[in-house]
Amino acid sequence: MVAERTLPKFDTSSVKITKEEGLMLYEDMVLGRFFEDKCAEMYYRGKMFGFVHLYNGQEAVSTGVIRAMRRDEDFVSSTYRDHVHALSAGVSAREVMAELFGKETGCSKGRGGSMHMFSSQHNLLGGYAFVAEGIPVATGAAFQSKYRKDALGDKSADQVTACFFGDGASNNGQFFECLNMAALWKLPIIYVVENNKWAIGMAHERATSQPEIFKKATVFNMAGHEVDGMDVLAVRGVAQEAIARARAGEGPTLIEALTYRFRGHSLADPDELRSQEEKEFWAARDPIKRLAADLAKRNLATAAELKAIDDKVKAIVEDAVEFAESSPEPNPGELYRYVFAGD
Amino acid sequence: MAETLMFNALREATDEEMARDNTVFVLGEDVGHYGGSYKVTKDLYKKYGELRVLDTPIAENSFCGLAVGAALTGLRPIIEGMNMGFLLLAFNQIANNAGMLRYTSGGNFKIPMVIRGPGGVGRQLGAEHSQRLEAYFHAVPGLKIVACSTAYNAKGLLKAAIRDDNPVLFFEHVLLYNLKEDLPEEEYIVPLDKAEIVRPGKDVTILTYSRMRHHCTQAAKTLVKEGYDPEIIDLISLKPFDMETISASVKKTHRVIVVEECMKTGGIGAELVALINDQLFDELDAPVLRLSSQDIPTPYNGMLERLTIVQPEQIIEAVQKMMASRI
Ligand SMILES: Cc1ncc(C[n+]2csc(CCOP(=O)(O)OP(=O)(O)O)c2C)c(N)n1
Ligand SMILES: [Mg+2]
Repeated sequence: MVAERTLPKFDTSSVKITKEEGLMLYEDMVLGRFFEDKCAEMYYRGKMFGFVHLYNGQEAVSTGVIRAMRRDEDFVSSTYRDHVHALSAGVSAREVMAELFGKETGCSKGRGGSMHMFSSQHNLLGGYAFVAEGIPVATGAAFQSKYRKDALGDKSADQVTACFFGDGASNNGQFFECLNMAALWKLPIIYVVENNKWAIGMAHERATSQPEIFKKATVFNMAGHEVDGMDVLAVRGVAQEAIARARAGEGPTLIEALTYRFRGHSLADPDELRSQEEKEFWAARDPIKRLAADLAKRNLATAAELKAIDDKVKAIVEDAVEFAESSPEPNPGELYRYVFAGD
Repeated sequence: MAETLMFNALREATDEEMARDNTVFVLGEDVGHYGGSYKVTKDLYKKYGELRVLDTPIAENSFCGLAVGAALTGLRPIIEGMNMGFLLLAFNQIANNAGMLRYTSGGNFKIPMVIRGPGGVGRQLGAEHSQRLEAYFHAVPGLKIVACSTAYNAKGLLKAAIRDDNPVLFFEHVLLYNLKEDLPEEEYIVPLDKAEIVRPGKDVTILTYSRMRHHCTQAAKTLVKEGYDPEIIDLISLKPFDMETISASVKKTHRVIVVEECMKTGGIGAELVALINDQLFDELDAPVLRLSSQDIPTPYNGMLERLTIVQPEQIIEAVQKMMASRI
């Protein structure tokens, strides 16, 4: 195991949150966690197939960033590890689960599957199965906002795009090319690197000459921040600042969230290369437990209130499974539907 | 003879060629410590070191270009595409540099490299991981394209590909890695440019490759019971085609069905049918039939996915139909 990076110190007591916000963040993270646990169960029961990449452990990043944005107005783009980003963006657990079951009621009509979650209603731009390919697309969405504002004179066009990807993706040319364009044209975008230390079996340190990804922003004259990705309040704080900057037309930000996935790369991964010691180090930093403790310390939530949220979320996830199970298969007569616009 | 799984047959080929020639090296994502996503390079880094089994960052276009540069200057790289679809990101390096550079340099350089990995439609892997790419690369001048289909031919063909002085795109199939077969103890090579007659017959020539070969042999079981005698030919080389074997078969059966997993439009079969019409039209007793997969991105839903690719029942029907029209 490589020595762990010193996590950036961030005084979360400086982050002001209301009780309502605190509970909202908690519920969003718990939904992500329980949903993914249920996916693992359904995968092993043969209800869903293919490559299924779970998000356990990284919830503070999705919640911290996306829940600081304007739902259904701002844009979100993800990778193949996309279920929880979709949920944070407002896609219902029913629609995400139904997609995983390959049903017509899924957010991608059963055509996409685990790695291809889309929702035009919630401005979720995907769901990209290939590493780094979402970065240019997200950059294009941000360009669109700038275009509307500056070329079409639409003052209300101040949407921000959040673009999520992994440490592995940050070694791909598309990442560097987009950082350059986004900074050059001051696009309203936040690039969020979820540095979970591994790209399948490739340790981050073995794949990059400069492991501190946030520093790569500086050569593009872009703001770059590192943040403790296991602390939702810290992520939220950094995200709020970046969103405000983007919305004000002051350009993009690169946020590197230091985080960890609690499961293998996908449900097909034997996960043999990560050390027990490393897994334990990060398991002790579970972002959900951390927020629960924070809320208690601030007297914003009682154990009973959190338990009530847990129960509510469990019911949501059970309902999503029932919905997915009882939903219809796509119509075989519509095999060619959606190939072209208009159908 | 030793019973060997297909992924191990590929591993043996790589291992034997690396031992034989120290300019041969492997590069790609997770080929080292992880052992390759289908275990084709498992533990080879322990034997040959981390430079000869090079774990790369996720930078397909650049590491393919790097391999071209290494090949130009005397090494023999084997690129593993973790999934062949990822090589779409390296299309420029594969087409412009691997494929065309020998020609544009007027023969100054050769590019002895292999680009191999899992292709084809898997089981509910979604559109991007279930591609039918061989046709996308088919038009690129200077590339040889090969598709293996059994543990035996996988091993022998990979060795031939590594020894070939041209860039070879080497398609494995994501659903065939666990095929088992007794392989000879002694070394053998399978030539890249020879089609394989899987089942000799006299009624109709079925031209196929990769996983569809197994759909065809499955269909043949029923067809033989019904009294038909199809000849099944595994093309092996998708570029160039082994027209000698194909034409000998057509001259015998006078009927052709092409069965492919790739899309119909601009597919391997499209080129094959055109060539047969060009060269063997007078031999044909019926128009060539083509069974291809649907012209849509591979759907995730299992039922739609099944409808997208050719199934054995369709092959049976096609043969019955073609034979019914016999004059
Ligand atoms: C272009 C491309 N190359 C390779 C892959 C195979 N692959 C899938 S995920 C992955 C690792 C990505 O790691 P990272 O960016 O750190 O994201 P994480 O999985 O850790 O969330 C790889 C190599 C792919 N999907 N797309
Ligand atoms: Mg990672």
